[in-house]
Parts: sequence; C-alpha cells; structure tokens
Amino acid sequence: MATDNQAPIDQPPLRSQSLLYGIVGQETRQVTRQVPADEPPQLPVNAELRSIGKPIRRLDAVQKVTGTAKYTFDVQLPGMLYARQVVCPWPHAKVISIDTSAAESYPGVRAVHVLETLLQTARLRDPEAEARNKYPTVRFAGQTVAAVAAETQRIADQAAKLVKVEYERLPHVSELVAAMDDEAPIVFPGPVEQPSTAGGGGAPEGLPQKGNVRGPNFGMPGMTPTGDIDQGLAEADVVVEAEYRTQVQTHVPMETHGIVADWRDDELTIYASTQHTHSVRDEAAEYFDLPKSKIRVISDFTGGGFGAKYGINNFGLLAIHLSQKAGAPVRMMLDRREEHVSAGNRPNSLQRVRIGAKQDGTLTAIDVISWGTGGIAGGAGIGFCYNALYPCPNMRTEQYDVFTNAGPCAAFRAPGQVQGIFSLEQAMDELADRLQLDPIMLRERIDTKPTDDMLARAHERKIAAERFGWDRRRPPNSDAGPVKRGMGMAQAQWVYVVSPPTTVEVRIADDGSVSVYNSAQDIGTGTRTVLAQVVAEEFGLDAENIGVYIGDTRFPWGPPSGGSRVTASVTAPARNAAYAAARDLAARLAPLFDDADPDDIFFAGGKVGVRGNEGAARPLKEAAKEAKFGEISKLAKRHDDYEGFVLSGETSISRHGLGGVQFAEVAVDVETGVVKVERVVAASDCGRPINPKLVESQVIGGIIQGVSYAIYEDRIMDATSGHQLNANVDQYRMVGSRETPEIEVLLIEQIGAQSSTDARGIAEASNVATSAAIANAFYNATGKRIRTLPMNPANVLAALSA
Amino acid sequence: MAESSRSHGPDGSVRSGISRRTFLKHGGTSAVGAALLEAGAAQAAVDSSMQDGANEVLGPGPIPIDLTINGRRVPVQAEPATTLVDILRNHLGLTGTKIGCDRGACSACTVWLDGQPASSCMTLALDARGRSITTIEGLADGDNLHPVQQAFVEHDALQCGFCTPGMVMSCAALINRKPDAGIEDVKAAISGHLCRCGTYPNIFAAVLAVASENRRRGT
Ligand code: FES
Ligand code: FES
Repeated sequence: MATDNQAPIDQPPLRSQSLLYGIVGQETRQVTRQVPADEPPQLPVNAELRSIGKPIRRLDAVQKVTGTAKYTFDVQLPGMLYARQVVCPWPHAKVISIDTSAAESYPGVRAVHVLETLLQTARLRDPEAEARNKYPTVRFAGQTVAAVAAETQRIADQAAKLVKVEYERLPHVSELVAAMDDEAPIVFPGPVEQPSTAGGGGAPEGLPQKGNVRGPNFGMPGMTPTGDIDQGLAEADVVVEAEYRTQVQTHVPMETHGIVADWRDDELTIYASTQHTHSVRDEAAEYFDLPKSKIRVISDFTGGGFGAKYGINNFGLLAIHLSQKAGAPVRMMLDRREEHVSAGNRPNSLQRVRIGAKQDGTLTAIDVISWGTGGIAGGAGIGFCYNALYPCPNMRTEQYDVFTNAGPCAAFRAPGQVQGIFSLEQAMDELADRLQLDPIMLRERIDTKPTDDMLARAHERKIAAERFGWDRRRPPNSDAGPVKRGMGMAQAQWVYVVSPPTTVEVRIADDGSVSVYNSAQDIGTGTRTVLAQVVAEEFGLDAENIGVYIGDTRFPWGPPSGGSRVTASVTAPARNAAYAAARDLAARLAPLFDDADPDDIFFAGGKVGVRGNEGAARPLKEAAKEAKFGEISKLAKRHDDYEGFVLSGETSISRHGLGGVQFAEVAVDVETGVVKVERVVAASDCGRPINPKLVESQVIGGIIQGVSYAIYEDRIMDATSGHQLNANVDQYRMVGSRETPEIEVLLIEQIGAQSSTDARGIAEASNVATSAAIANAFYNATGKRIRTLPMNPANVLAALSA
Repeated sequence: MAESSRSHGPDGSVRSGISRRTFLKHGGTSAVGAALLEAGAAQAAVDSSMQDGANEVLGPGPIPIDLTINGRRVPVQAEPATTLVDILRNHLGLTGTKIGCDRGACSACTVWLDGQPASSCMTLALDARGRSITTIEGLADGDNLHPVQQAFVEHDALQCGFCTPGMVMSCAALINRKPDAGIEDVKAAISGHLCRCGTYPNIFAAVLAVASENRRRGT
C-alpha cells in the first residue's frame, strides 16, 4: 500500500458526554464518552431524522440506467491511443532478450515499452539473487513483459504479437500441495516480503521461509498463540478435528482493471478503475518521481473491484510510460483473460482444525494450521476469525503462504476471513452436533467477547432464526428421496475499520446551494448517496439537492474502498463539516430574522427560520441572496472514535467489529451431486444504517458472491502447462439469475456512540458466513460434511461417499 | 478490453491464411463472431463463397456502412470486420453499451436489433445494416425513462452499474414483448447476463413491479 497520508491527527480538547448506546428497538442505554469538543451533538435514532436512515434512491441511478455514467472503460480523449500488453506464455522463465523493432515499425504503432520493474508480486528480501538479470523474472503464465500503444486497439493487438521475446524456461509448480514438497521447483530463489494493500492481504515482514513455504505467520497483533494447546485438548470432553480445503476464486469485476494515462509536460492525469484514487496517485508519484501535486487521478465510476483494484499495477506502469513516450493519452484496459490471470484472486487454503470443548460447550482449545497459495504474492492466510469470534484460553492459528507459479492474489472481499469462517463455523456446527446442542444454543454460550458485534449477533440470531423458521429444522438426512433438503446457520465477524485522515469539504454557495467534496471513489456501494444524505440532514434539504463531487484527487483526501471503511470514514467528517457550515450559515442569516440568536435558526424543507416563530420561515435560496455572505467552505476530518482504536493510523481498527448471522436452506441431489441454495436469511448490522436500501443491496450482493464461491467458482490451473484453463466467464462458473436463491435481509440499527454518525461498513461482513451456512445446511440435508469447496458435483459426490 | 481483438490483422487477413476479404464475400453470413468460427467452418464458408461468384467483395479497408441507431440514420466508415459494439463505442461515442467479455458470454453489450436483444460484441456491424438498432442511450423517451429503467432506479437494481445497461435492455425487451411477465420470464430473460455485484433479486423485483403495474392497468 503506497499511500502514506499519515499526518498526525490533531487531538482537540475533549468533553465528557452522555450518549445513547445500543440496538434501537431492543436495549438502549446512556454511556459516558470523551468526545472531541468540536464534534456536533449526537444524532437521534434514525426514526427521528429526515434524510439519514431513509431508503432514498441512489443518486447516480439514473446515470447508470441510461448509460450516461462514464467509467474509465468509457473515457475517450482526443488523440487517445490504445495499448496492449505482451504477456509471457510460460509459467516460469528468465527473459533473455526482447526485440521490439518489428512492433515499433508497424504502421500505427506510436510507442513500445518494456517493463523494468514488476509490481504485484512478493519481493526478494535480498535482491542479489536476480540482480544481474536485465528483466524481471517471469513467474506465472500471463505475466506482463512489455506493451505497445497504437492508434487503434486492433493495431495494438497485432503489434503486441510482433514483440520478440527470448525466454529461458525454468521448472514450474502451480499447485498448492505440490509446491509444499521439499523437492518442488522453487518459485523465488530466496525469502520474500509482501506488504498488504488497503484491502488487506499481505503478510508481516521477516517471516522464515523454506522453499516455497513462508511462515509461520500468527496473524495480526493480538493473534499470538496463548495458553497450552495440548493441555486444552486434554481437558476437553469432545474434540472435533478435520481438514478443510477451499479453492482459488477470481474477482471478476464486470469492468476489468484499467487506466487511461495522459502525460503532459506539466501534469499527469490518470483515469483509473480503482478502489482508491489516492493509491493510484501515490504509486505514480513514487515510480515516476513526480510531485503528488502534479498528478491528478479521476474515477467517476468504478465497475466493481471487490478488493483487487489498488495502485497503478504493471499495466498502469506501462500505460504511463507509453503515454510519456508517445506524447498522447493511452488507454490500457485488461481483457477478460488478463483480468482472471493477472489482476488478483482469493488464495486457496488447506486448513487443519482441532477444537476441544467441555460438555456444556466451553471451549478449551482452538488449534488451526493453514497453508494457502496466492501465486507469486503473499497473503494467503485465513483471516482473524478464529481469534475474533469465540474466546478460548488455549489458542493457536498458524498460517503459511505457499508460493506457486500463478498470478498474484489480491485482497478479496474479507480476505482470509471467508476461508477461515468456512472451517470455523463448520467446526462449531460439528461441535454442537457432538454435544447435542442446538447450534444457536452453542453460540449463545461461546459468543461472549465484550464487543458491539457480539451484542449484534445475539440479537441477530433471534430475529433471523424466527424469520427463517429454524424451528422447522429436522435431524440430519431426514429426506428419503434423492433430493435432500436441509438448514444451516453460520456467524460472521469483520473488523470495523476507519481512515481518520479522511477530510471532507462542504461548501455553501451564495445562492444557498450546498455541495460536498471528497476524493473517495464509488465502486458501487453508494458513496455519493450517503454523503448527500448526511449533508442534507444538517440543512433540512433533500439529498438530491446536494451537489456531490467525488472520485478525484483534487478533492480532500478520501479513504480506500477496502476493509468496509468508506461509509464509516466519510460520513463523520461530512457531518462535522456540514454542521460547522450550517452553524456559520445560521450566524450569517440571523440578521435577517431580527438578529435572532443563531442557535435558534433552523433549516427545514428548503427553508430557514427561527424556532418559536416557524411561520416566518422563508426559502433558503431567497434568504441567502439577501444576506450576500459570499461562499462558505468548511473542511473537517474524522476524529478517532470516541473510545479510541486498538490500532491507530491511516487504517484505524476498533476493538468492536461487525457481526451478522446467516441461515441457509439447500437442496442436495445425492445422485447427481448438484447443490441448489434455495433460501438465505441474513441478519446484518452496520452501526447506524445511513441508507437501508443501499445496505440491503450490498448484503444481497455479498450473499450472492458467497453462494457463488460455495457452489460454483473455481480457478482451474493445468499443472503441466501452468495455464489457467478457465480464464473467461463462460467456463469460470458464477451465480446467474437462475442460481440466485431467495434472499431476505434483516437490518438492525446499532448505535455505537463512537462518532458523529455512528455509521459502519457492511460489504465484507455480508459475504463471510454464507459458505459455512450452506455447508452446515448440506450436513443437515445429507448427514455428511462437505469440507471441500466448491460444492460442485465432483466434490459433493466425494463427500457423500466418504 | 480488446474491443476488436479478433483473430485477424488490420490488413484484413486472418491467421489461418483465409483472408477476411474472401470470408466476407459471403456477405455477413450471420451474427456469429469470427473469433468463434472454427477453422473448418471458416473453410466451409470460403468454399461456398467460391461457388457464388456474384457476391460483392468488401474490404479489407474501411467501407461505408449505413446503420439506423436509435431512430436515426447513421452512416459510418469502418472495416468490414468491425463489430457493432466497436462502432457504437469507438466510432460513435455511444459508450453506454459495455463490454464484459467480448465473446458472447456476459451480455453486458446487449442492444436491440429490431426490438430483439442481441450481443453487440458478437454482431458484425455489417449484419446490422437494414435493422433498427436501439442502444441504452435510445431507450428513454427524452426525459421519460422507460418503465423498466424507472423501476431499476426505484428498486436499486444496480450497484456498480456496469452490467446495468445490458440488463435494462434485456428486461425492457421482455416487458415490451410480454407486459405481464412473471418471475421465470425475468430469470430467463437475464440468464445470460452476469452481474458480479449481485443485483439479481432487485432486478427481479423491479421488472415484476412493472409487470404487475401493467396487469393492473390491463395492458
Ligand atoms: S461483451 Fe458481449 S457478451 Fe460479453
Ligand atoms: S451492478 Fe455491478 S456488475 Fe452488475
């Protein structure tokens, strides 16, 4: 992660304040917190608000249904050239020589560039081993070597084939277990490092590495082993022990990765399909030695990302070089094959799990060891769910990265956690079964950490079980025929992350119209809409009346769309800025109301008035014109949470997390091995929902991705050639309309008393529990455990005959 | 994304040695993209065209192609191998039509040909001559959205929105064809469409809301 906006955040004086806390409609109480003195008063519950908490339409929906929303893919600039990468067909090779002359002289070609520095890869701790190589070593089939820019895409495609590259092939290994063998071909000639992106992934520095196996990694701070596993297992009445396997999943955003680079003498402009405009700017500055002030990154609309779209990437490096050489803008969009092969994936996993418990469910030991491969990148762990969900005195999660000759992994919607919860929540289901406890009852007993997400899950279990009809669940394998139905449940946990450097500007023009500015992009979550709703609340306006300007590094620093942090990060500063602007406006308009006390000035329904004399309220626009106050502009940041964070910095992490509980009903055809997910009920929490409709959309999307992962998706590598066999969307199977289950989302409103909006993210908490809920339903249907993903016919029939 | 990454060169030759010129003598046989033509099938096309000496020779350079797009006659100059989506996006700047796969597998590029949904990445512009082409830009009636567009907005049947134009075109075609469509009709209409954000349930709800409104009004 190249972004280094680590400016210390001013710590203003604090005031002690009593705040509402709890789940609205359930149990709420007052808590006392230390609140920065300049924070606005706490918002009341959503039912008492006008704009926040309302399921209004997405502000950019009309642009999206009429085709006027412009994605990076749609950017067309005068004189723009089209680029195509030259990629290596071999999974492991040394590049001996590159001859670009034929491509360069091809009519219509304007520039050719050979890649000198490879991004999106783990890096040798000691680069000496490859220091004398002229070009980066190729470590996966499809790795980029060079690129050409030409007047049309067709010419670029054709000219790319004319670049002659001489390779010296090296032995390769593309499969996890094979790569763990002591005799396996070595992917890197020495130990490597892999920093994480804003979306997660990566691994700590300095881990031991033997051959292709790097670790052990005990995960994030706070995950170091505790207690004594052997003793814990000895104390247990019941031990469940099993091996779980998950597959590699690719992100498949419908808009592929890409940028349009426009290098001018005085400024570099980059249009990027990205999850963080500033990460693109910062990497471009680093690799081209430019001041950040001379780089502008624009992302009006991003067609999905799911964790993989950060920074400039290899294709971006090439496009910027090509633009510089050609003196013209260059469009570089990956094609679908490149997207699958080189733009990121969720690593697979092999997990060995041992859990011990007393007869009453009390956990005595949790021991997990996992291996996974993220190809040539690290970050193949199984997240932090084992440590975050259920307290246990004796606990160890030991994780290993295994390098293979395959494309680099990238953060993918709840990196690691999706794999970890698949095994953890199945193990808990198995434990409940062995202890003859209802799985919900077991969770009641063991889900006890003093966090907001624990409280949320306790409530969610109740409401979701009732809506789902959990009491109709039958004993395992109750159906006599070949199609067996069953029900299962699983719990979710994800971190509550905030980027405190986030700064939002709110302006009031002299006609009283209001606009809001932040550089954050919208990848489909509704960033524009939630910003407008929060600002509108302070001015008594409708969200549609607020001008929202985002996705441009010319605006104040915005967070990455990663780690489910945007809403938490942008709404609090937006409210803080809007509140300050509205108070300023009130002071300037007070003279129009017989010099009323500005504190008595209110804004509602597009009007401004004085409390106590509501009848004299007048249109804001008219009052603004009369007051002639020029323009008001307020910038505000996101303070630390009122309780502080456990980890502070650009990515600040709360001790509280996000919960979520999902229930699934499946039908398993035991003759064909076909699994159909028929129904999912999800209860979800995201603090205070700013727009419940958009939250629900995201939860539905998370569940659908979870079903897709559980049943269909699977990157298939051919061991012999080292190529992905299904690098397209016809053979890489995903959920479509016919595979979509019936989905119901129950959303709670939880006030955490931590910020001026108390909003939290939802994206990742919504897809982590799905595959485990389905697997538990599979067990309930068939009486057999399915511990290998995806649940395709081959894996299902194998599980049934085990 | 390669918007025209067919297996042929800018000079009109294909790598199998069959020239695009010969192939196109056949006069735009079908909407099947050249990329998916097996060599054998291409050879068959050549053989049959050899026997048919009366066919006009097109290309390999740009030729005039007359299209009717969103009710307007649009003359363009393009190589005969150009796909319809390439024309729409790169010649005419109609970027509402997207490309998700460029090989007929995701339906992001759906437009209407004479009111029927078609994948514009798999349609040669030549084959769209004489047909009425409707793109997402031409679906609304001025500022009045098509009822399906309106329903997509109201039911939040979109997230990132990249698949949305294609989805809207297929759903609107369904409603035009079958105003009281049911859930199975909707699922079938978009079964070839991919949405990675997972908007399917909201799309179902949106289209069914239009259908039930139509039923109520007796259309
Ligand atoms: S782009 Fe035409 S079907 Fe995918
Ligand atoms: S809305 Fe993002 S792909 Fe469908």
